[in-house]
Amino acid sequence: MTRYSVFAVAREALRWHSGWQRAWHSPAPKKAYDVVIVGAGGHGLATACYLGKNHGIRNVAVIEKGWLGGGNTGRNTTIIRSNYLQDPSAAIYEKARSLYETLSQDLNYNVMFSPRGLLMLAQTHHEVRGYRRTVHANALQGVETRWIEPARVRELVPIMNIAGPRYPVLGALHQPRGGTARHDAVAWGYARACSAMGMDIIQQCEVTGVRIAGGQVQGIDTTKGAIDCRKLALVVAGHSSVLAEMAGFRLPIESMALQALVSEPVKPCLDVVVMANTVHGYLSQSDKGEMVIGGGTDGFNNYTQRGSWQHVEETVRALIETFPMLSRLKMLRQWGGIVDMTGDRSPILSKTPVGGIFVNCGWGTGGFKAIPGSGWAMAELVARGEPGPLAAEFGLDRFREGRFIDESVAAGVAH
Amino acid sequence: MLILTCPHCGIRAEETELAPGGEAHLKRRGPGHSDAAFEDYMFARKNPRGVHFERWRHAHGCGKWFLAARCTATLEVFGTYPARTSGPPPDILAAIRARRPGWEAGE
Ligand SMILES: Cc1cc2nc3c(=O)[nH]c(=O)nc-3n(C[C@H](O)[C@H](O)[C@H](O)COP(=O)(O)OP(=O)(O)OC[C@H]3O[C@@H](n4cnc5c(N)ncnc54)[C@H](O)[C@@H]3O)c2cc1C
Ligand SMILES: [Zn+2]
Repeated sequence: MTRYSVFAVAREALRWHSGWQRAWHSPAPKKAYDVVIVGAGGHGLATACYLGKNHGIRNVAVIEKGWLGGGNTGRNTTIIRSNYLQDPSAAIYEKARSLYETLSQDLNYNVMFSPRGLLMLAQTHHEVRGYRRTVHANALQGVETRWIEPARVRELVPIMNIAGPRYPVLGALHQPRGGTARHDAVAWGYARACSAMGMDIIQQCEVTGVRIAGGQVQGIDTTKGAIDCRKLALVVAGHSSVLAEMAGFRLPIESMALQALVSEPVKPCLDVVVMANTVHGYLSQSDKGEMVIGGGTDGFNNYTQRGSWQHVEETVRALIETFPMLSRLKMLRQWGGIVDMTGDRSPILSKTPVGGIFVNCGWGTGGFKAIPGSGWAMAELVARGEPGPLAAEFGLDRFREGRFIDESVAAGVAH
Repeated sequence: MLILTCPHCGIRAEETELAPGGEAHLKRRGPGHSDAAFEDYMFARKNPRGVHFERWRHAHGCGKWFLAARCTATLEVFGTYPARTSGPPPDILAAIRARRPGWEAGE
């Protein structure tokens, strides 16, 4: 793998860009691997990457039924934050956020991390109290957030109507180092790093069965044949229940559609990320100038990557009171992804009833921000067979024991 | 847009009239059962990619609960039936088999 650098760009410029190599190899699957990871989304690829980098396990394959990054990783609105309420969440999301700070350098791939700052608007008194509480919790957790008053909100976001009749802006929770990153680049950067370590990323290869003997995983069946493995990590987001079914257990997960949309590009007018949980919408402006808009999930199980029109309408309607200028914009594209929802809105990183099988799922509407931290924690779990401190609280056993990590009240809006 | 016919009032209701209520035909486990059985009942879900039975309420109509058989992979609706039953009735099963030959109802 040649390193990307200013010298590489200069060298290639002098030879008509004839020397660039493919960013990753596309090999045929081998007969057996130490670890097979199902799902080449951000979480699967990051898991593979840190298995190699942190634990020296490199005989690894990542199996993907479509193209890498084509699942939710390539469909999300790229918001990154770590201002969660509960300690285990703050720990893993802040680990991820802090890894994002240097991810471009670490991967030698520009993931365009943009810590432009993030606001969660308080538009009811209940939210004011809730976010003030979160600021205190974050202070104890070592996550930098602050409470800001409406006047400061207006300075940061001039296009906002803070005196709306129905939902006036009463202040905001501000995380100055929250922001966005380029979603595809995160998947591509990790894929390139994995390939450089000699791992196999196998695309267009669907896992169709899991082979188990004596309660221990033996391998998988795929559309490209059988592959043996000693350990198997299922990292397939919205398809987690389908893979679990193949392995003979059930998960506390429901798969639902979550949609997003972007407007025509306009001149720069919004340089922070704004989330409005009461009206259930959020907004940022991409580098191309498009307004990137997201909202809530549908309420019913769905695997079609297609959501209901009413949710798009609801989201846009909600945001227009707070951002009146949006009413003049044409919307260019709208799409959906299938998100894996747990009851407490927290992820699952866990051992399973089958020996050698591990799951990483339940990130639901908000796992893009977590990719580096999740991969880090998952690699530790797979390598050692036991969770480290970051993953310990996110086991499947928390449901039986009633140890929920309840972020559904704290997070409000989906992402 | 999802359209389900309410088996109580016969209205072809679209999604905004309806409130989803999750997986149907769950077997209740309470006192006297193991923690694992209770956990299954409370949290574990089939969440299938394909034929799915689920609860709905005609929230902005007659207000009653009913059940629907739907395909989560295509959004096709096989039929709806009253909630007063512990399993899908024969006509619903027949409608599913007609559209999905070889489909087996799991437990
Ligand atoms: C519209 C939308 C907006 C979002 N906005 C945000 C946001 O602003 N911020 C944020 O933090 N998060 C957001 N999210 C959530 C975030 O996208 C996800 O939590 C995250 O991308 C999940 O990554 P993953 O790697 O687990 O899953 P995915 O990227 O979905 O990868 C799973 C992969 O598994 C593959 N797979 C499935 N079944 C099989 C099989 N049988 N065999 C082989 N491969 C298989 C799939 O093809 C897929 O590529 C959003 C999601 C959506 C849909
Ligand atoms: Zn009715």
